[in-house]
Amino acid sequence: MPTDYAFNYTAVIVAAGFGFGGIGFTFILSRLLAPKRPSLMQTIAYECGIIPEGQGNTKYNIRYYLFALFFLIFAVEAVFMFPWVVVFLALPSSAFISMMIFLAILIFGLAYAWRKGVLQWR
Amino acid sequence: MQLFLTSLTASIILFSSLGVVLTRNVVHAAIFLLVTLIGVSALFLVQLAEFLALVQILIYAGAVIIVLMFSIMLTRETEQTAVSNNTGKLMLGGVSLLVFAGFCFAIFMTDWIIADYVSNEAGRFVALGKALFSDFLVPFEIASLVLLVALVGAVILTREGREGA
Amino acid sequence: MDWVTKFLDELWDFIVQSLSDNVPLIVGSVKAIVIAVAVMSVVPGLVWLERRLMGRFQVRLGPNRVGPFGFGQPMADTIKLLFKESIIQSSADKFLFHLAPAVVVFTAIVAFAVIPFGAPFEVFGQSIELWGANVNSGILFVFAISGMGIYGMVIAGLSSNNKYSLMGGLRSSAQMISYELSLGLSALSIIVLTGSLSLMDMVVAQESVPFILIQPLAFLLFFIAGVAETNRAPFDLPEAEQELVAGFHTEYTGMKFAMFFMGEYINMVTMSALVTLLFLGGWNTYGIPIWPILAFAAKVVFLLCVFIWLRSTFPRIRYDRLMTFGWKVLLPLCLLNLLITGTLKVL
Repeated sequence: MPTDYAFNYTAVIVAAGFGFGGIGFTFILSRLLAPKRPSLMQTIAYECGIIPEGQGNTKYNIRYYLFALFFLIFAVEAVFMFPWVVVFLALPSSAFISMMIFLAILIFGLAYAWRKGVLQWR
Repeated sequence: MQLFLTSLTASIILFSSLGVVLTRNVVHAAIFLLVTLIGVSALFLVQLAEFLALVQILIYAGAVIIVLMFSIMLTRETEQTAVSNNTGKLMLGGVSLLVFAGFCFAIFMTDWIIADYVSNEAGRFVALGKALFSDFLVPFEIASLVLLVALVGAVILTREGREGA
Repeated sequence: MDWVTKFLDELWDFIVQSLSDNVPLIVGSVKAIVIAVAVMSVVPGLVWLERRLMGRFQVRLGPNRVGPFGFGQPMADTIKLLFKESIIQSSADKFLFHLAPAVVVFTAIVAFAVIPFGAPFEVFGQSIELWGANVNSGILFVFAISGMGIYGMVIAGLSSNNKYSLMGGLRSSAQMISYELSLGLSALSIIVLTGSLSLMDMVVAQESVPFILIQPLAFLLFFIAGVAETNRAPFDLPEAEQELVAGFHTEYTGMKFAMFFMGEYINMVTMSALVTLLFLGGWNTYGIPIWPILAFAAKVVFLLCVFIWLRSTFPRIRYDRLMTFGWKVLLPLCLLNLLITGTLKVL
C-alpha cells in the first residue's frame, strides 16, 4: 500500500477529529457555563412569540423535489466530465466529439425543462 | 492493515444498514443510510480507488440522499405514524433473505476481472479517462440517454397538471 | 554517576531515532493539528474584519470599545455565546439537533484541510509541504465535502420541530445544491487548462500568467457560485433575520448557533483560498519580491474583503430569482464556457 497516500487521508481524518474535539470541547464548556432555567415557554417551538398551531402540515412546493432531482442528474453528468477534463489533451479528437454528444443530449434535456417552464418560479 | 480497515468499514456499513431498517424514525433511517453510503465510500478508499470514493460521496451521499431528505421534508406531517405488526412482514423478510442469498451466491461464483494496478495515482485517473472513451464509449453515451430519460421523467412528474392530471 | 549520563544519552538517541523513523506521520499529524487550530482562530479575525469593514462601508465606526480597534470584540462575542442558555424544545430530536452544527463545522474544517498554502520547503532535510494533506484529487475532494456540508442545514431544519426551521432548511439546501453545480462545472474549465485535479498543479501551471486573464468568465461564475455556496449576501436569504425568522437556525441558541456561523466563515475562507488557487495564481508572486505565503495570504484577505464588500453593497436577492438565476443563467453559462474552452483547446 502506498504509504504517503494513507498518511494523507490519515492526516485529513486527524484534522477532522481534532475539529470534532474542539467542537465537543466548546459544547461541553457551554453546557457547564450556561445557566439552566427551564420554563414552559422554552419547550414550545418558536413562532414569533405566539403559541404554534397546527402540526406542520403546510403545503410545500413540489419544485424543491424537482430541483433535487435535477441536481442529481447534473451531478452525475459533472462526474462523467471530470475524467474527460483531466485527460483532455491526451485524447484523440473523436473523444471530444463523443463528449460533445453527451453534453448535447443533456443540454437538450435542460432546454426541454426550460421550455416546459419548470425552471421558472423557484 | 488492509484487512483491519476493510473489516472496520464493513462493520460500520453493516451496523448502519441495520440501523436503517430497525429504526422507527424516518429521519434517523435517512441518516443511517447516509452513514452506510459514506462507509461504502471508505471501503472504496481502502481499496485505493480514490476517484470512486469521491464520486460515491459526491453522487450517492451528496445527491441521492439529498433527494431522499427532500422527499422527507416535503411529506412531513405528524411524525411517528404507527408501525403495524402483521405477519406478512415475516414472509417478506424471508423472501428478501432468499434474494440476498442468491445475490451473494452469484457474486462469489463469478470470475471477476482484476484490472492491472496502476501505481501512480494520477496515472490511474488518466487510465480511467482513457478507458471511458475507448472501451466504454457506448455505455457512456447510453448513460447520457438514461440521464435524459430521468430528466424528462422528473419534469413530467412535477409539472402542474395542464392536460388534466 | 557515569551511567546516568549514559542512560540519558541512550534515551535521547532512542527518542531521536523513533522520531526520525516516523517523521512523515508526526509531521502530518502536527500539520493537521496546526491547520485545525489555525482555522478555528482565523474565524475571530474574520468576524472582527467583517464588522469593522461593514461599519466603514456604512459610514460608521465598527466595534471599537473592546480592546484597541475593537480587536477584543470576537472574544467578547464568544464568551457571551458560551454563557447563553441552551434551549431545546421538548419535541426536537436531541441527537440530530446537536449533530447539525457539528456537521457544518466538521465539513468546513475537512474541506479546509486540503488547501495548500505555499510551495514545499526544506526543513531539516525533510520537504515539508504547507498542506494539511496532499490529496491528489484535491478539487474533487473539496466539492465532495462541500456537498456534505449541506446536510448540516437539512438536519437542522428537520430536527427542530418547527415549521419555519423546516422551510428554511428546505430553501437553503435547495439554494446550495443549485449553486454547487455551477461551482463544479466552472472549475472544470480550469482543469482543462491544467490537466490535473491536484490543487498544487494548478498553482504550478499559473507561474507565468494567472488564469483569471485566460478565463475571466469562469472566474466570475465560480466566484458568484462561491458566494452563493457560502450563504453570503446577496444570497443569504436562508439566514437573513427578516426572512422566515432566521431560517433553519431559528431554534438554536448559544454555542450551537455560533457553530453555524463558524462553519460559514471557515467556508468563506476555503472558498477564497480556492478562488486564489484556481484563478489568481495561488502563491505565485509574479515578480513582486515578497514571500509566497504572504502573497497567498494577501490574495485571500483581498477576496474576503470582496465578500464583505458584496454584503454591504447588494440587496438580498429574492428566492425565486435566486433559483432562476442559478439554473437559467449560471448553469448554461458554465456549460457554454466549458464548450468554448474545450473547442479552443482542441483547435
